[in-house]
Parts: sequence; C-alpha cells; structure tokens
Amino acid sequence: MEINEFINNFADQFDDTTVDDLSPETVFHELDDYSSIVALSIIAMIDEEYGVALTGNEMKAAVTIQDLFNTVQAKIA
Amino acid sequence: MEYNPFSLAGKTILITGAAGGIGRATSVECAKLGATLILTDINEAGLQETQGLLEGDGHRYLVANLTSQEALDALVADLPSLDGFVSNAGVTKPLPVKFINPDDLERIMSINTFAPIYLTQRLCRKKKFNAGASIVFTVSVGGIYTTAPGNAMYGASKGALQVFMKNVALEMAPKVRCNSVNPGMVNTNLAGRSYSDEDKARDLETYPLKRYGEPRDVALAIVYLLSDASSWVTGHSLVIDGGRRGRRRRLCQRPANGGYGSLGGGLRAAKRYARRARLL
Repeated sequence: MEINEFINNFADQFDDTTVDDLSPETVFHELDDYSSIVALSIIAMIDEEYGVALTGNEMKAAVTIQDLFNTVQAKIA
Repeated sequence: MEYNPFSLAGKTILITGAAGGIGRATSVECAKLGATLILTDINEAGLQETQGLLEGDGHRYLVANLTSQEALDALVADLPSLDGFVSNAGVTKPLPVKFINPDDLERIMSINTFAPIYLTQRLCRKKKFNAGASIVFTVSVGGIYTTAPGNAMYGASKGALQVFMKNVALEMAPKVRCNSVNPGMVNTNLAGRSYSDEDKARDLETYPLKRYGEPRDVALAIVYLLSDASSWVTGHSLVIDGGRRGRRRRLCQRPANGGYGSLGGGLRAAKRYARRARLL
C-alpha cells in the first residue's frame, strides 16, 4: 500500500474534488464536498480495497489524508 | 386488584432473534406477563442467557438458521400451536449505494426480509395459529419514514417487510392479527460503529425526547400488540421513536458550509405543501 494509490482511491469518493486537489497534508474534513455520505464511502472503500474496517471515530480522529493512511496501515500490520 | 388488559397469561409465543437486543427484552417482558415462550436464534449461548432471565416455567429454545429452508421446516415441525409470533431477527451494514454488493445485500435481505416471509408462510400453511393469535414484525422507521446515509440496503429490506405485514393482516383476518413496531435508533449491538460519536451526538439532537430507545421501550409496545388489549388493531405500524418522525430533517446531512442543501429542502417542502393545499 502506498500513499499515491491511496489518494487516488480517496479522491474517487468525491464528486467535485479531484486527485489534483489532494495531497497527504490535505485536511480533508474541510473540503467543500466532504459530507457524511462521503465519509461512509471512504470507510467502504478502505474496507473493499484494503480489507480494513474503520470506525467512525477513527475517521473523525484523522486530520489529514496522511493521518488516515497511517491509521489504515497500522491496522493492516 | 388483578385487572391487567395486557396480560399474556395462557399464551404461547414464538420469538425470533431472542438471543439479544429487542428480542431478549421482549422475551423477558412477555414471560413476566405470563406467556410461555419458544425462543429462537442462531446464537445458542445468547439464547441460554435469555432463557435464564425468564420468569415462570415451560419456556424453551430452538437454535435455528432462519435463512435455511430446511431449518425453517424443522423449526415449524417442532412448534406447538401459537397465540403469538414476534419476528424480530435483523442485521444491518451501513454502505453507500455505490458500494452495494451481492454478499452484503443478500445477507441483509435474507435475514431481514426473506426469513420472516418464509417463516410466516409456513406458520400459516401448517395452521400453527390459534384463533385470536397476533403476529408482530419488528420493522423500523428507517426506510419507511426516514432515510439516512448508508441505509439503503437496510431500508429496502425493512420497507419490503412493512408491505408484507399489511398483506398478512388482510389475508389472515379475522382469525389472526398482524402488526409492526417501527423503532427509531435503539441502543443494541445493531447500532453501527461506522458513525462517529460526534455524528451520533448530532443525530440524538433530532430526537425530541433527547435519548435513543432502550430495548424495553420496544418490547412493551410489542406486548401491547400481542395482548388482547389490541384486539381491534391489525395492519398497523406503531412508531416508537422518541418523537423523531415528527421533525423535518434534510435527507442528507452536509457540513455547515453546504448551505444549498437546506435551501433545496425548503423548496421541496414548499412544493409539497402547495400540492397538498390544492388537494384540500
């Protein structure tokens, strides 16, 4: 698992935000089209792609995309 | 004074999903009110625990996987005549529409929808219901009265069950009554981990009575529908949701900066009122 592929999958869950708008440092909760349905989609994508079941609280605790990536990686290991 | 129109004394009642949550609470209350129970679930340890909580004698449990046709046949063959049937077993998994997949959809539909339909079909076919018997389905407000992100599969499964309930009520009258309870969010293991504490706290604010339900809140409504106190009630859905359904709410929550969502909701509501006004 590597960060660029993760960001591609992450961007795929948005309608308006594209991969060009995102970097590991992006504070994703502040994106214009972030919503509860996008949050659920990201949880579902992580389950489907990486086999990791993330809780709502773990989503909320991650500030940047890098934080979320680290959380997922920790749960894979 | 012994007067109690909600008494279940002398009634034999089958309860599915009895190993926990609303099914367990319903079992406990029904036993307190004098019913003799047959509990079923796929989880034997949970069934034993529930049985240990019951007042009175003569209760038993049957472990069954209700999604298997053979298991349904075996279960029904083992049953005495019934005065009540509470179909309560249910599962969910919150997923957005675009992540719906055959594994999850078929699991949810087979447990929440097909199993209750097939079990009811067999109980009717095998003439297991005594005159005056009562069937209660645990449906939900979700899917029927409310929508929430990620709730499409669960809502569809419960919506189908709601429609089935009304048809059973029609076909089985006047001998057997059939109703549903439709709870809002209840504190059971079903309440998902996909929502954060912050999301839950915000959701809780939409309940006028300012708390989620407890299994016993729903169990006591089921008791009413099982008892002769409700003997002129059939085809009805009893909403138990702390007043939540009475509130208008945007269909899909957006963060504070997505204000256009509420404007759209306002326009839709205005059009709805306009249509109603013309009808009146």
